[in-house]
Amino acid sequence: MKTTTTLLATTAMTLAGTSAFADAHMADSMTIVSWGGAYSASQQGAYHDPYMANTGITIINDESSSEAVAKLRAMNEAGNVTWDLVDVEAADAIRLCDEGLALEIDHDEMLAAGADGSTASDDFGDSIISDCFIPQIVFSTTVGYRTDMVGDTPPTEICAIFDTDTYPGKRALAKKPLANVEWALLCDGVAKADIYEVLATEEGQAQAFAKLDTIKDDVIWWSAGAETPQLLADGEVVMGSTFNGRLFSAIAEQDQPIGMLWDAQMLDYDGWIVPAGLSDDRLARVMDYLTFATDTQRLADQAKYISYGPARASSAPLVGDHGELGIPMAEHMPTDPANSKNVFVTQYEFWADYRDDLDAKFQAWLAQ
Amino acid sequence: MTETSQHSGPVLAADGRPLKASLARALRREKLRAMLLIAPLLVFILITFVVPIGQMLFRSVENQIVSDVLPRTSEALEEWSYNDGAAPGEAVFFALTQDMVVAAERKEHTRLGSRLNYEESGISSLFRKSGRKVDEIGEGYADQFEAVNPMLVDPAALTQLFATSAWSEAVASDAELAVTRTFKVNKDVAEALPRASDAFREFAVFNQSVDEKDPRKAKLWNSVSLALFEDLRQNPAATVDGPASAAIAAAAAAVPAFDVEDLAQSFAKIDKDWLDPEVWTVIKRYSPEFTNGYFLNAIDMEKTVDGPAWRDEDQQIYLKLFWRTMLMSMTITISCILLGYPVAWLLANLPTRQANLLMILVLLPFWTSLLVRTSAWKVLLQQQGVINDIVVWLGLVSDENRLQLINNATGTIIAMTHILLPFMILPLFSVLKTIPPTYLRAAKSLGATNWTAFWRVYFPQSVPGIGAGSILVFIMSIGYYITPEIVGGTKGVFISNRIAYHISSSLNWGLAAALGAILLAVVMLLYWAYDRIVGIDNVKLGG
Repeated sequence: MKTTTTLLATTAMTLAGTSAFADAHMADSMTIVSWGGAYSASQQGAYHDPYMANTGITIINDESSSEAVAKLRAMNEAGNVTWDLVDVEAADAIRLCDEGLALEIDHDEMLAAGADGSTASDDFGDSIISDCFIPQIVFSTTVGYRTDMVGDTPPTEICAIFDTDTYPGKRALAKKPLANVEWALLCDGVAKADIYEVLATEEGQAQAFAKLDTIKDDVIWWSAGAETPQLLADGEVVMGSTFNGRLFSAIAEQDQPIGMLWDAQMLDYDGWIVPAGLSDDRLARVMDYLTFATDTQRLADQAKYISYGPARASSAPLVGDHGELGIPMAEHMPTDPANSKNVFVTQYEFWADYRDDLDAKFQAWLAQ
Repeated sequence: MTETSQHSGPVLAADGRPLKASLARALRREKLRAMLLIAPLLVFILITFVVPIGQMLFRSVENQIVSDVLPRTSEALEEWSYNDGAAPGEAVFFALTQDMVVAAERKEHTRLGSRLNYEESGISSLFRKSGRKVDEIGEGYADQFEAVNPMLVDPAALTQLFATSAWSEAVASDAELAVTRTFKVNKDVAEALPRASDAFREFAVFNQSVDEKDPRKAKLWNSVSLALFEDLRQNPAATVDGPASAAIAAAAAAVPAFDVEDLAQSFAKIDKDWLDPEVWTVIKRYSPEFTNGYFLNAIDMEKTVDGPAWRDEDQQIYLKLFWRTMLMSMTITISCILLGYPVAWLLANLPTRQANLLMILVLLPFWTSLLVRTSAWKVLLQQQGVINDIVVWLGLVSDENRLQLINNATGTIIAMTHILLPFMILPLFSVLKTIPPTYLRAAKSLGATNWTAFWRVYFPQSVPGIGAGSILVFIMSIGYYITPEIVGGTKGVFISNRIAYHISSSLNWGLAAALGAILLAVVMLLYWAYDRIVGIDNVKLGG
């Protein structure tokens, strides 16, 4: 055991040494694109600051992730890609990879092995949903509710969304089909294992919309993740879906009278893509940064700042306490065993195929 | 002078040229100078405005991707028709294998897949899956050729066979050229083995240009063996000169005994959708370089085997949104007139000091960020918001029946009227200010009531201002996007929100361009109608 540790340490030192020597061929600044807000702050604390301290380079933050796909395509067509690294959701990573706008990654070759000795691709496991995607965090779309508006029987399972008798009042749901149609079918009695098979058929889609029809008049549709916590705080809605990190900050950091469900949460990944067509020195810098920023310890560090789970299995045991509140973060992770008894893992292949079709139907349904 | 007058020809200028030409020349020079003055602006507008917009709109008909990525397949498909009732034959699958291998190596197949997925759900993963496995097709032939003679699958030997002698000689003198000098196919060999030389050329050029590798040292694609088999099967008498002639002759003799791979079945094994005529008809339909498909989509129609047809009712959305955008923009324009007219009248008629103060109040919203203003409306209008709290407190409505003022069309109309109001007030004000107050006094002294004086004398003179303000407000609101997105809910969003979705989320820029082109056409049509009915000369933006 001890020999292994020493061996690993030596390897790590050699790696660190090589990266220090390689500096001469690397760009000395890089532009990283992310989502802004609390999420960018967590990356700043866990990745950017230590990396800048180690290397002395400058990291420029650009908060354009929400328009990253379109902007990257435009940059690529103009032949002038100004971004070095882009934080995107898994579904967008697939899109960018399909369009040839993102670089394909050999995870084992280019990224650090897990601290427990597993190869990078084993350590990341299922979260590598595309050849271009370097996973960072696991997040989930789940439901929060007003504790003072649900009476003595707070909801415990997802179908409370559709139960307007027990929980009257408005609900906030995302203005896109993802998650909504799955929940609708689940609450309409479709077995969890069959949901995507059913959704691929016309009848299945009609069934999902028919279920959503039962609450259509009670729904406020959101397009930004911050809206639901705001609507809950204002008492505009009794419950609503949003990202688990948003609910955590509303509950733990802002002390709002809000509770949350983990039942049938939709697990999803967020991570990096490297734009295609970077010059050699910029690419070398990006890969050096990535090796550092996606190793076991760094991913675990990010959880100090935000309640999203690290994408590496080896990072989970290292997740510590919240940076300011001092509460243990592990139990607020979507991947915590107590929270993940009943989860959906977003089916990227399905959504890549059916997203446009379902979205058109969803929008037409909304407009009716 | 006298000389000139004696001439019967044209009048001449002092320098002896005809006066007419001289005058035209001077005018031309004047015009040219004027053009030079505006040239920087003209060039700037052309480069930054007209060209990009033109390019964007061009995407609404452009569709080269299918014929670029699947050139052989789209050609082979010309013979096939959907009415055959089945997937196309082996020739098409052969062409597809050749195209897909190249596309997968160049990573273009996924791009094509997401393009065709706009037309038929499921094609995206079909292409992604097939690209991953298509290199296995033809592996059987490669093994069987190898058994006949290893030379038949040796890239170095095949390079020598297929390359022109000029290329081979150049490479023999300088090995570097094997990467940099584009591979050329020997014409005689191409005649004897057309498919194999085509497949090998793709292989060689790909290695040279993308991987920057010497094709003689690269790993041979199975599609080359497949093509060679097909050539020898169709033309067993094919012969070539040079060192490979014996190997090719042996292969031609062995081919009839080869195990044959059913290509359609090989593709079906990757995904059974390849046997679905539906998929093939989509590929065939979008093979031409230009398409009206995006425009059909933009008006809720689709291409089918029987020509354009309406989409299913549960997918119709764009016409409804266009109509709603028009109606709501008109409502917003009318509310702006109703609210703006009295303010503009006050501005024009108050003493300067008060008018200036009022003007500042009108302009104040201009200095606040659009997002802040829109978000402020959220606080005011929501059900637990300020306005609802006040009416409930006043007892006008009960606590259970709070007004629904936001996340619907009402919210959009209220917020956008507020945001666009200055664009109505300012042109109106500048016109109202020029109407002499004496006209009203004259009307009244002739016995008109206040209303008659206003309606018959004052109002007609203010119409140009209303026209200018209305055009501004209407055209701006038709393209508005962020305010409806935030306060519009589902019943208050515009067509521009869908355009934004297709630009930034679905990446269906062709459809976005088609929707944008239609919107532009509608605006121009309305402008033309306005010109015919009211007359654009009657629009005044200032005194």
